[in-house]
Amino acid sequence: MIEMERLSKQFDTLLAVDNITLTVQPGEVLALLGPNGAGKTTTIRMLSAILKPTAGRARIAGYDVATQGHMVRRNVGVLTEAPGLYSRMSGREYLDFFGQVCRLSTKARKERIAFLAEAFKMSHALDRRLGEYSRGMAQKIALMRALLHDPPVLLLDEPTSAMDPESARLVRDTILQLRSDAQRTIIVCTHNLPEAEELADRIAIIRQGQIIEYGTAAELKARLLGPPLMEIRLLHAPHNGAVALIERFATVSDYGADWVRYRTPDPTMTNPALLRALATSDIPVVTLSEVAQSLEAVYLRVVWEGKQGNGELGMGSGELGMGNGSVE
Amino acid sequence: MSAVRIQQRFVDNIGPILVIVRRELKDTLRDWRIVLPIIVLVTAFPFLANLAASRGMEFVNQYGAKLIIERLLPFMMLVVGFFPSSFSLVIALETFIGEKERRSLEPLLATPLTDLQLYAGKLIATTILPVLASYLGMVVYLLLLKFSLHWQPTVELLLVSMALATAEALVMVSGAVIVSSQATSVRAANLLASFIIIPMAFLLQVEASFLLFADYTTLWLIALFLVVLNVLLIRLGIRVFNREHLLGRDIDQLNLSYAAHVFWEAAWPHHGLKALYTREVPALIRRLWPELLITTVVTIAGGLYVGMWGVARFPLPPEVFDTTTISSLESISSMVSESGLLTTFSPWAVLFNNVRSLLVGALLGLFSLGILALLLLLAPIAIVVYIVAQVGKIGFDPWAFLSATVLPHGIVEFPAAILATAQAMRIGDIILTPSDEGGGAVGIIRELGHLIKLMGSVVVPLLLIAAWIETQITPQLLLRFLGH
Repeated sequence: MIEMERLSKQFDTLLAVDNITLTVQPGEVLALLGPNGAGKTTTIRMLSAILKPTAGRARIAGYDVATQGHMVRRNVGVLTEAPGLYSRMSGREYLDFFGQVCRLSTKARKERIAFLAEAFKMSHALDRRLGEYSRGMAQKIALMRALLHDPPVLLLDEPTSAMDPESARLVRDTILQLRSDAQRTIIVCTHNLPEAEELADRIAIIRQGQIIEYGTAAELKARLLGPPLMEIRLLHAPHNGAVALIERFATVSDYGADWVRYRTPDPTMTNPALLRALATSDIPVVTLSEVAQSLEAVYLRVVWEGKQGNGELGMGSGELGMGNGSVE
Repeated sequence: MSAVRIQQRFVDNIGPILVIVRRELKDTLRDWRIVLPIIVLVTAFPFLANLAASRGMEFVNQYGAKLIIERLLPFMMLVVGFFPSSFSLVIALETFIGEKERRSLEPLLATPLTDLQLYAGKLIATTILPVLASYLGMVVYLLLLKFSLHWQPTVELLLVSMALATAEALVMVSGAVIVSSQATSVRAANLLASFIIIPMAFLLQVEASFLLFADYTTLWLIALFLVVLNVLLIRLGIRVFNREHLLGRDIDQLNLSYAAHVFWEAAWPHHGLKALYTREVPALIRRLWPELLITTVVTIAGGLYVGMWGVARFPLPPEVFDTTTISSLESISSMVSESGLLTTFSPWAVLFNNVRSLLVGALLGLFSLGILALLLLLAPIAIVVYIVAQVGKIGFDPWAFLSATVLPHGIVEFPAAILATAQAMRIGDIILTPSDEGGGAVGIIRELGHLIKLMGSVVVPLLLIAAWIETQITPQLLLRFLGH
């Protein structure tokens, strides 16, 4: 598991990470979202024991990143921001080199490379020089490198960037499988918001080194975009009676020629009761559906409001907006 | 601990180093931009050198000066060894920073490798090719000489040449790897490479002069010095290697105001004169005791050895000591002025000369880990020993001569010089053992500030007293000693 406690990193005059407290449990995927320069990569580098925290502490699989860096690095698989491959080596040689560095036996290296090549559909390309790989293939090899020693913790920076849709789907499925198969703890940094929503159990939005929002996608949407938005389509144009009726059950946010949108904190209770009332009042309903509220809307709102600096959504000194306690 | 566990620990520690060495070597040998020039340098250049040697031999044979060209042949051997190794330096120069620029360093830093394994692996890998290229160039040259001029070196010459070529390549690579691990770009690393290659090129010329006189003892000493320097550089490299700095530092920032602040804080007596002499200076001197001890022992023992060696090797004829020319204070003054050592024989001129020498020593010490500062103080002691001993050989009482001409001012001047030189050594030591706080550059600036504080508060006042004694009292004692 990953534990961060008041973790900070100062570079000369720049406070890149500011007092982050966060825990990611085994079998959990956390998505770190944030604009460029928000501190995501610095956080990943501290968690992989490449950078030392200037304040606070972090533990990976029970090892302290500042004092037990060697053991931390044994237990994490890191997909770096750029694949950073050795262009004159073949894919097989490259993975074999990292396998040796991770002290895997010859047999284990062979088996693991073959397994990962199969999983990522890269068997055909392993003997080609890395310099000849496309960006997406290079990304796959980098991901295979991170998984080579089967680490319990994965830190993935933009895992599907530059991949075609099919490859990205493959990688996302692999990440989900890794989480469920072996109870891995995974942090994913991404700018791909649908991907974050699909992969992550929890999402942390980071800005200027601070976590400004944290929770599941549903929690974030509810907290930031309000209760679920429902749309009801009627057979005839809504008259005052229909709108007034709906308002008895929920808050009407808008209505048009043959539709009404309303918000309700508990659709499972509200919707059946509303439908019954409409039927009783002889108002025919064509459809009733939830209006999708995207994570992108949440993200943009959080980042925008953070920029405004109104403090409404900020979490002060890194506590995560869940009362006074830190997030577990 | 059982043998099996020791063996396992050895494998655990050394194994990853060898993995890096193999990868780096393989990668380098696949790069034709590096391999091709090395092949050219180890084959074509020895051929040209051999051609020049053959022509030279033909030319000097006309005048019966075969010995000169025969003494130059080994020098050419050093040169053909030096060229490929200096070219191969590019591998060491970009070993860390090149990987950083290609963005392949971070995945490596995120592996379980320790700093030492990573550094050692890179260092060994980048050493092998320059050393082998150097040997290969020398072997090709010697084979060509064997066939063209039927000349072959003696075993000792061959061994000392190989030792020098190896030591030079090692020092250059160790220096280059440090540069690579500290620079922020390959371009900056290449610029800094001149600070490695130029001193080595100078050293090569020094070696040439010793080869000309077949002074193999000195050449062995140079090789030994280079090996020691190499050990110090490796130690320094490992100490300053920091994966965080390597990855995090992208821009060379020159914070002049901070540097000036550090210097000012160290140099200026902020708490007044009383605190300066009761607390600050004693604290600085207490901290300097290892350097004071080394400076005192090395300069006195070294000065005695070199002075006595000079007496045995270059004895002066008695007529050199013509005491009749020293008859008055004016004659002493004019002798000093004519010698060119001082413009005038005055306390201020002596003081200026001594302060300048110590500051030059400190500056040289900065670039030589303190060694040249020591040598600069050792030299006048050796000269004093040499002259006093020569004076004793022509019938004067050497102790009386020493007491009359050196001790009166020397007893004040020597401690001052020892103190300044010890501080210069400390500056050199800071380069080798930089503190974590603020890095090596800050430490050097702080120690330079301390040097100025010690110079201003202790060294210069003592030197002024010594200069007054030297110009006002010592000449009178000399005249009395000579019976005038």
